[in-house]
Amino acid sequence: MPWELSEAAFRAPAGAGRLIAAIRETARALGRPVRLMEVCGTHTMAIAKAGLRSLLAPEVELLSGPGCPVCVTPAGGIDAALALSARPGVTVASYGDLLRVPGSNPGDTLLRRRALGACVQTVYSPMDAVELAAADPARQVVFLAVGFETTAHGTAAAVLEAAERGLANFSLLCLLKRTEPVLRALAAAPDFAADGLLCPGHVAAILGAEGFAFLPRDCGLPAVVAGFEAADILYAVYRLVCQLAAGRPALENEYTRVVPAQGNAAALAAVGAVFAPADSVWRGLGAIPQSGYALRPEYAAFDAAVRFGLAPAPGAEPPGCRCGQVLRGVCRPAACPLFGKACTPADPVGPCMVSGEGACAAAYRYGEL
Amino acid sequence: MQDIITLDHGSGGLKTSQLIDEILVPAFANTALADLGDAAIVPGGGPLVFSTDSFVVTPWRFPGGDIGKLAVCGTVNDLCMAGGDPKYLSCALILEEGFPLDDLRAVAASMAAAAREAGVQIVTGDTKVVARGQGDGVYINTAGVGVLRTPGLGRAGLREGDAVLISGSAGCHGAAVLMARGGLPGGAALQSDCRCLRALAAAALDAGGVRILRDPTRGGVATTLNEFVEGGALGIELDETAIPVDAPVAAACDLLGLDPLYSACEGRLLAVAAPESAAAVLAALRALPGGEGAARIGTVTARRPGTVVLRTALGGSRILGKLTGAQLPRIC
Repeated sequence: MPWELSEAAFRAPAGAGRLIAAIRETARALGRPVRLMEVCGTHTMAIAKAGLRSLLAPEVELLSGPGCPVCVTPAGGIDAALALSARPGVTVASYGDLLRVPGSNPGDTLLRRRALGACVQTVYSPMDAVELAAADPARQVVFLAVGFETTAHGTAAAVLEAAERGLANFSLLCLLKRTEPVLRALAAAPDFAADGLLCPGHVAAILGAEGFAFLPRDCGLPAVVAGFEAADILYAVYRLVCQLAAGRPALENEYTRVVPAQGNAAALAAVGAVFAPADSVWRGLGAIPQSGYALRPEYAAFDAAVRFGLAPAPGAEPPGCRCGQVLRGVCRPAACPLFGKACTPADPVGPCMVSGEGACAAAYRYGEL
Repeated sequence: MQDIITLDHGSGGLKTSQLIDEILVPAFANTALADLGDAAIVPGGGPLVFSTDSFVVTPWRFPGGDIGKLAVCGTVNDLCMAGGDPKYLSCALILEEGFPLDDLRAVAASMAAAAREAGVQIVTGDTKVVARGQGDGVYINTAGVGVLRTPGLGRAGLREGDAVLISGSAGCHGAAVLMARGGLPGGAALQSDCRCLRALAAAALDAGGVRILRDPTRGGVATTLNEFVEGGALGIELDETAIPVDAPVAAACDLLGLDPLYSACEGRLLAVAAPESAAAVLAALRALPGGEGAARIGTVTARRPGTVVLRTALGGSRILGKLTGAQLPRIC
């Protein structure tokens, strides 16, 4: 079947009404509200855009976990990027969303620094940053590497390309995250409230569905790898409530048209060659062992922290902001005292309102009725 | 920290409104400006409509049009949306040192062709040149004057039960410019919807029962519909499945993480019409080039005052707010 045809079928499914009824009926039989968490910004937005929350409530509540790469980037990381942008001869290259995230000083963003004269470039891919460096050898180009396994391999490929071309003016501010350690930490937290996890199809395309087998095996949590159209998400939710009804947590893969069991060997090899797991700080969650990626010693020349002698900055969270609790699914966006008042997408305080994929931005933009 | 101009101030969304409401309207204070329609209505021999717009689109040539065509259509369309018959335009050019004369000729020819089609004359103008590096090839400002043919259009005329209509598919211009700018694969399939709306507007108005007309440029359909109802006693309910979006536009928006309902149109009009007139207005639009895809997309209601609510394809509901931040700078 042609790709577009199959995607369209998933987007506007004929049987959606029956699926929704089956989900609600199965969940109702459990005799308590079922809480399911997604941990991917694309899921957050897909759920909000399709209005799925209003269709599944009150039997099923959908929570957003730490799945938006911009949202989990700590204030200290942004502070480091802001400091780099102030250095003469430095170009900071970044995905667009990150430009709007304030560091420790409210309102101080890369977008503002650019308006005041700093050289800050928006790129769609880390390879664009390599090309920027190649085109202007007189400038140091620093790429802000954020994201999960889904962006780690592209970033690794950019480092390998820069090494191959002998570019001495390209480096990374490496803020990359790993999914498994944060999900394990989340599941072990005393206030963890989800009954099952909607696993991110993009990450699973790299790791393989088996990359989430630890959830039922070690954490006792139902887990379904899901795609990003409304039907993907509804079917995954249906399988999760079925697992809860049967009392048998398992790993299932709904997104078989993209996600294999064992993952992308070439992508994983590139990541393994360039990066090693390292302790990492998450916005709102703090330091989590082995939850990030750091450049291996043989690629240390591409580490902006080494090249520019950056000291680790602790960073301060904005006062009153509950992004940390929102990211753990224990506070609904609208329950934050700043939501929609001091903090809006036009003037965001916390990162969950900044990113197009943040839980607060989704709740504000696609407010459900 | 000192307040400064950022790209967001040019987005056509909330920050643009703030700039207009807090700085420009108070500074230029007059009753003709205060309504903030697409064009001002001013006294003259008879009532006139008067509007101005600046064009900084990059790249200046894009699939389906160029900055010259856009500069004429943009101002003509604003006059038509205010119920005017456009008559005369001004043309002020800001050119960058080094801009090729052949390109300038192409822009001028494109403006002349668009003006002929729109039935207007460009009767006055101005040219400035800035040093290389201080502009981006060519910027154009046009101002336009027309005669008021249909008085009384405006959001004050909205009534519960009115039909919300669009003259064709949403979001083409923004998506086409972005794909052209990025040199992205598949961009060739996307054409801007840039066109003069004079005939379509006249046909809709002649069909009768039209309360308000607007062309959903920056901020797209979602932002324009919010401007119809914000702060008022009525709201709008849209049916997602009824809103026409061309497949290449939907695919481009998917690829780039954009929403077609916030992507600019430059040749579409939104109309709110009395329920008994909706069918006649739709038929009039569909009979004309550029209106073949006209559709009824929603209804004015009193249920949620001041908000636009989208009923999704699956039957869920969500609020459709104004654009915040720059979805895409410099598209017009």
